[in-house]
Amino acid sequence: MLCIVGTVPDAGFPLVAGPVRRENDRLAIGDRTVAIHRGTPALVGAVLAAATVLPLPPVEAWLVGDIGRGDGSRRLYAHLEAELPRRPWTVVVFHYLQPDVDWHNRVLFAVEKIHPRPVLIADAGFMYAAKMSGQAREYDLFTPDAGELAFLADEDAPHPFYTRGFILHQEERVPELIQRAYCHANAARWLLVKGQTDHLADGGGIHETVAAPASPAMEAMGGTGDTLTGLAAALAASGMPVERAAITAARVNRLAGHLADPTPATQIAAMVRRIPAALKQVLDESGA
Amino acid sequence: MGFFSFLKNGVKGGRGQAAEGAKAKADRGILIFENTSEVIRAENCLKAAGWPVRVMGPPPEIQRGCDLVIEFPLIERLEIMRLLDEARAVPLEMVPVTGPLLAPVDLFQTVDYGEWLMVRAANMKICIEKATETIVNISGGGCPDVPYLAREMVGKSLAEAPRPREIGHTLCGYALELAHEEIRRQCSAS
Repeated sequence: MLCIVGTVPDAGFPLVAGPVRRENDRLAIGDRTVAIHRGTPALVGAVLAAATVLPLPPVEAWLVGDIGRGDGSRRLYAHLEAELPRRPWTVVVFHYLQPDVDWHNRVLFAVEKIHPRPVLIADAGFMYAAKMSGQAREYDLFTPDAGELAFLADEDAPHPFYTRGFILHQEERVPELIQRAYCHANAARWLLVKGQTDHLADGGGIHETVAAPASPAMEAMGGTGDTLTGLAAALAASGMPVERAAITAARVNRLAGHLADPTPATQIAAMVRRIPAALKQVLDESGA
Repeated sequence: MGFFSFLKNGVKGGRGQAAEGAKAKADRGILIFENTSEVIRAENCLKAAGWPVRVMGPPPEIQRGCDLVIEFPLIERLEIMRLLDEARAVPLEMVPVTGPLLAPVDLFQTVDYGEWLMVRAANMKICIEKATETIVNISGGGCPDVPYLAREMVGKSLAEAPRPREIGHTLCGYALELAHEEIRRQCSAS
């Protein structure tokens, strides 16, 4: 079972947890629907698009409305602490939540009660909290961009907003920043660093890179990193080892972007629609 | 010793960089608020009144996650407290600080896509269509107000869209405000 944890940008959206399905360009969970825009809805949209091609176990989304005040996130953190250990999850993805170290630690403590332990993937605010807690190594995969990698590499920064100036997030410095992040134990078991070139690395160094197809406009689009994390989660939930899931996700995400022929004004839903074709093509080429 | 008792005794500041070097100064204090929205409101109020305040990162002893504090000249504490009282923007605590504080990222990256222009500040990016100055995309960030800010701002012109500092609540929202200011500056200069 795959569990996706995050927020939606609607202060009135209640805490909902359960099976999620796609209805055109919207997600449906319980009696609520959410547009597939940037953020956790884009991640869920990518998972459901992948599910049209991959044999996936049941997928649940645990969502709450939060517009940045942190109130919704705290309700979801409390729900996670109480309910997450009750189910046999195989993959759990933590996404847009208000970074809060104390709550992060309580949730991680709850995860330790799940046997066998699920694959843990973190991105966005929850990844920030995981790094700041000093427990990044408990995770199987982080999916930072170059700026967030600089934050992971800066052992003193509590948020990307405070990454020190001498740790510049330049693409050519990605290998050095990866090494620094692992040196200070601020990286997950695997890192998939998204950018002009995507890098898959662990504590032993960079294992693989993907640079094609290249669509520079994707950097300006909100949600392309969310779809990448969703694809990695879906592929891991389908049974792939997490490192293979991550690098396959990078290839699929790039191809979906390429097929959408994006400009900097393209919205993420256009790319999500291309995911099934891109995933099928990548899996066919790899013989999977 | 309780949490706020500890704060009242003063904090020594961070592990990170000092904005003006690591030399300790006993003439600064920090204002600590419940959340980033209140920091932004108080900053607006103090800057409008001409006070030389700066938003900074809190010392590690009091970091929780998504935090900002306001650094201010300690000798002016009574005047500043009076102003914040009047504006109903009262901090949780006002404490002296002697060590360096984390400074926000102050580097911008600009990408020119021809018809579109993108500016990045820290982990936040804003992209506009040059001809109309319409915000076409907002990306980056990881705090929950990022999708909310995108929903409220994308599709509107720079002049029409609400400012991140008005409706944002987190450090990502604050970073987007910096990117927003920079892209406006570039548009007005061109």
